[in-house]
Amino acid sequence: MAALGESTPATVGLAIVLLWATLAVLAPLIAPYPPNASDLAALAHATPSRTHWLGTDHVGRDLLSRILWGARPVLVIAPLAVLGAAALGSLLGLTAGYYGRWIGIVITRACDIVLSFPVIILYMIILAHFGSSAWNIIGVLTLTKAPIIARIVRGMTLDLREREYVAAAKMRGESALYIMLVEILPNARGPLVVDMCLRTGYNVIIIGVLGFLGIGLPPPDPDWGGMVKDTYGMMMVWPHMALVPCAAISSLVVGFNLLAVGLRELGLRD
Amino acid sequence: MARFFAKHLAFLLLTLFVVSFLVFTLNEFSPGAVARKILGAYATQEQVDVLTRQMGLDRPLLVRYVDYLRAVAAGDLGQSARFKAPVREVIGKHLANTALLAALAFACIVPLSMVLGVAAGMREGSRLDRAILMLSTVVASIPEFALGVFLASVFVVWLGWLPGTATLVAGGGWSVAAQLVLPVAVIVLFDSGYVVSMIRASMVEVMQRPYIRTAVLKGLSFRRVILSHALRNAMLTPITVIMLQINYLVAGVVVVETVFAYPGFGRMMLEAALFKDIALVEAGALVAVFLAVATNVLGDLAYMLLDPRIRA
Repeated sequence: MAALGESTPATVGLAIVLLWATLAVLAPLIAPYPPNASDLAALAHATPSRTHWLGTDHVGRDLLSRILWGARPVLVIAPLAVLGAAALGSLLGLTAGYYGRWIGIVITRACDIVLSFPVIILYMIILAHFGSSAWNIIGVLTLTKAPIIARIVRGMTLDLREREYVAAAKMRGESALYIMLVEILPNARGPLVVDMCLRTGYNVIIIGVLGFLGIGLPPPDPDWGGMVKDTYGMMMVWPHMALVPCAAISSLVVGFNLLAVGLRELGLRD
Repeated sequence: MARFFAKHLAFLLLTLFVVSFLVFTLNEFSPGAVARKILGAYATQEQVDVLTRQMGLDRPLLVRYVDYLRAVAAGDLGQSARFKAPVREVIGKHLANTALLAALAFACIVPLSMVLGVAAGMREGSRLDRAILMLSTVVASIPEFALGVFLASVFVVWLGWLPGTATLVAGGGWSVAAQLVLPVAVIVLFDSGYVVSMIRASMVEVMQRPYIRTAVLKGLSFRRVILSHALRNAMLTPITVIMLQINYLVAGVVVVETVFAYPGFGRMMLEAALFKDIALVEAGALVAVFLAVATNVLGDLAYMLLDPRIRA
C-alpha cells in the first residue's frame, strides 16, 4: 500500500474513491435532509441556495442529500458484483486452464458466447423480465463479467501450471483444487487486481446506465442514474438537476480508473 | 482460409442458436403476458386465454421453439406487438438509423484515436504522452449519458447552438445534420478514450523492438521510423480491438439514442424489452449477436491480412 504513493494517478484515484466511500458511510449523519423528503415549496427556487446547497430535484427533494445517499447502493453493488465475477471467473479460468482438453474447450466456448453478446441488450432483456432489484443487478453483472476474468485467469494458468512449484505440489500428492487455489491463483493476482479495479469503474457506469434507462434500482430511493433519467428532460429550465448526479458518477468512475492506471504502472515497474 | 471461415461460421451458428433459445426460454417465465399485452388491462381472463390458445402459446416450449426456428429460416420474424408492424420492417428501419449514427462515429473515432494514440505512444513517458493518457482515461470514465448531459448543457442550454434531440425529422428550425452532431460527438468521445489507450499501449511495445532501434541507428529520420516501421506493426492489436469495439458501440448507442430521442436500434430494443414485445426482442437479440460475431470475424481477418506470420 505504501508504494501507491509513488504513482500520481494511483494517489489521486484512491483519494477520490476514499472520499466517496467516506461520504457514503457518513450519509445518515451528514445529509442535511432525509433523501426522499420532498419540499414542494422549495421548487420556487430549485437552484442551489443556502438552504439547499446543490438545489433540489423536480419534486423538491434536496439534491445534496440524495447524492450522498445515492453513493451507497453504487459503492455496495459495484464491488460486490466485481467480487462475484472474480470468484466465478477465477474458478472457471483455473479449471479451463488446468485441465485443458474438453472441459477447457467447453468453458472457453461458453465464455466466448457470453462475450460475443452485446451485454446491454442482455441486461435489458433480463432486467425488464425479472425486475431490477439490487440482487438481480449484482447477478447479471457477475454473470456477464465473469467470462472476461475467466479468460485472463485461463491464460495465466496455462503458463503457470508448467512451473516447478506446481510439479512439486503434484509430487506431494496435493489435490487439484489445492494446487489451483494455493499454488496458481496467488501468482496470477497482479493483473487480476488491476482488472478488478477497472471492472469496478465499468460496473459503476453500468449501474448508472441501467438507472438512466429506467431498468436500474427501483425508485424512490436515490440512484444516480435514475436521478438523471428523471430530470434531464428539464434541462432547459433546471440544468443543475441532471448535472449534479452526472458529475457525481463521473468523478467516482474517474477515481476507479485512475487507480487502475496507477496500479498498472506500479505493476510494470517491478 | 476455408478452415478459418468454417470454424467461425460454426461458432456463429452455435452462438445464435444458444442466444435464441435463451431469449425464447425467458419468455416462459411470464405465460399469458403476450396476450395480456395485446388485449390490454380491461380484457377478461377468458379473452386472454382464448388469444393465448389462438396464438399457440399454450403448446410446449420446445414445440414452439422449433416452429419459431422454422419460421425464421423461412424469413418470417413475426409481428411486433409494440410497433404493430412486421418485425422485419421495424428492425430494418431502426437498424438503418443506427448504422448512420455508428458509421459517422466510426469515421471520426478511427483517425482521431490513431493520431492521438501514435503521438502518445511514440515517446513513452513524455509530457505529451502523459497528457493524452490522462485525458483519455478521464473521458472514457464519464458514462455516455453524463457526457450527453454535459455537452447538451453547454451547446443546447447555454450557447443554444444545437438541438437537444435528434428525432431525424427536421423541425423546430433545426436540420437533420445539426441534430446528428451531439449524438455522434458523445459516442466519439466515449469510445476514443478506450481506443486511444489501446493504440498507445501497442505503440509503446513496438517502439521497444530491436528493429526500431536498428532503424534509428541506421540514421533514418524519426518521421520515417514512425511512419514506415512502427505504424504498421503497432496497428495489429488495435485492429482487433476496434472491431471488438462494436459491442461497446452498441452499448453506447442504446444510451445515446435514449438521451437524444434518436429513433435507432438500441432505443427500439429498450422499448421492446420494457413492453415485453417478445417477437421483436428475440429477433433484435439475434441481429445484435450476428453483428457482434460477424465484426469479430472481420477483425480476425484484418489481423491475418496485416500480419504475414499468421497468414500461413
